[in-house]
Amino acid sequence: MKILVCISNVPDTTSKINFTEGDTKFDTNGVQFVINPNDEFGLTRAMWFKEKQGAEVHVATVGGVQTEPTIRKALAIGADEAIRVNAEPTDGFFVAQQLAEVVKNGGYDLIIAGRESIDYNGGMVPGILATLLDMNFVNTCINLEVDGQNATAIREIDGGKEKISTSLPLVIGGQKGLVEESDLRIPNMRGIMMARKKALNVVEPVDASQPTQDQKFEKPAPKGPVKLVDADNVGELVDLLHNEAKVI
Amino acid sequence: MSVLVYTESEKGKFKKSAFEVASYAYKVAQDLGTSVTAVTFNANEAASLGEYGISKVLQISDEQLATFNAKAYASALAQAAEAEGAKVIIVSSSADSKFLAPILTAKLNTGYVPNVVAAPESTSPFVVKRTAFSNKGFAHTEISADVKIIGVSNNAFGAVENSTSAAVEDFSPSLADDAFTTKSVEVDKVAGKVSIADADIVVSGGRGLKGPENWGMVEELAEILGAATACSKPVSDMGWRPHSEHVGQTGKPVASNLYVAIGISGAIQHLAGINASKVKVVINNDPEAPFFKAADYGIVGDAFEVVPKLIEKLKEFKAQNA
Repeated sequence: MKILVCISNVPDTTSKINFTEGDTKFDTNGVQFVINPNDEFGLTRAMWFKEKQGAEVHVATVGGVQTEPTIRKALAIGADEAIRVNAEPTDGFFVAQQLAEVVKNGGYDLIIAGRESIDYNGGMVPGILATLLDMNFVNTCINLEVDGQNATAIREIDGGKEKISTSLPLVIGGQKGLVEESDLRIPNMRGIMMARKKALNVVEPVDASQPTQDQKFEKPAPKGPVKLVDADNVGELVDLLHNEAKVI
Repeated sequence: MSVLVYTESEKGKFKKSAFEVASYAYKVAQDLGTSVTAVTFNANEAASLGEYGISKVLQISDEQLATFNAKAYASALAQAAEAEGAKVIIVSSSADSKFLAPILTAKLNTGYVPNVVAAPESTSPFVVKRTAFSNKGFAHTEISADVKIIGVSNNAFGAVENSTSAAVEDFSPSLADDAFTTKSVEVDKVAGKVSIADADIVVSGGRGLKGPENWGMVEELAEILGAATACSKPVSDMGWRPHSEHVGQTGKPVASNLYVAIGISGAIQHLAGINASKVKVVINNDPEAPFFKAADYGIVGDAFEVVPKLIEKLKEFKAQNA
């Protein structure tokens, strides 16, 4: 089995978000970039397929040269090879078209992407990718088993979960649950040394449409001070929620 | 030309979000000077959508579509969009909508923007406001493709009544066998429990509750409020509560009308995930907990004393207002 894990290079979850250039760009100043958490759960599951079922695992990202430390981290965790499509990922459809080209050239059986990136939250790359390639697709995937050409997945639905039976070739939009938080791997020194020798192939983008454009960003309005209610007067909270906030 | 809306139902009954997306679609149609066509899948009382401004319903009744199937539903919606010459397609932010919208986007070779929180700012160019950076910011995004697909955030626009009479027509999309290459084997859903996505009110517990055995009062509070239960990341990581209850940046987003946080300190990732909720209440014994800076109302106190008292007061309130 040949697996491609699609990785997005995103601000660390603790990052403070600011905008620059007249609020038209995300301010990367002082921001630490990491593997998108949803993708990291998928990468870790791919490592399981590598170790238990002898899968070959490649990673791909669409991004500039500044994303390479994140890709190297994925190689240090254990991916065999990496591909970087040298383009700015400004639109989900654009990214999916670039990744579709990578998949066509690489002959992958299973493509693991994250449910969404935690920066632009488009949540569309895996679904568009699957449809462009005419592959099966399971979103919000929290469990995946592969047996030959058959795949069994569990997807999270609102208020529960659903077991799905499908087959390769398959694209999943993964998230926490594919593996547990405690299964995530911190690269060790040997992994980091080996990652330096692994192939990181840079390819130029293909012509692709960009149907959406972010014009401007803004931060949420600052919050007013909290209204404190005395712990001995809980009834006042009920009153405020009913008469002032009007939510009960 | 028209606006098409995917109105979701469960066991024949429209979901609350169906009325929200219908209301949103009506607003867009008014801006564009056109009307709204809704697509329903095995729903009862399709004509009731007329109350929310829907003038036409394409009603699909197909046993093969009894259980949600993203590829087949997307294919049916694509056919409906083509039949209606739809220029804008509205979906919700449910797990199902987020599953099928990208498939539909690729099928129609068009532009999709999810997590939209308000009516379009302009229709030429077509610009919508959406959340980004996991609720730490907003983006104003232009869709330049010919057909626009918009995913509306839960509880953002609300259901707005605009009484019209809806003409209901049967619609039979042609579905090839390859639309069913992913099959639902089993759906596991707790009956009678409101989901975090559909809830008006969410009651959430954190590490301050000390252990899973103490969740009884959280559930009791949720039951009185008709709320969904949720939890912070450490609580789900420690296995006190199922992953499906984890809300925050890497868990589920919450956009409820009221969010009650009990014993949650308010890590930046948690706050990002729940920031879209309209009113936030925090109960925590540490007055320095960051959640107090993000909340509208707060009680500094021991959750094990405050929550039972709150349950009592709410019972009294419910009895008076019943």
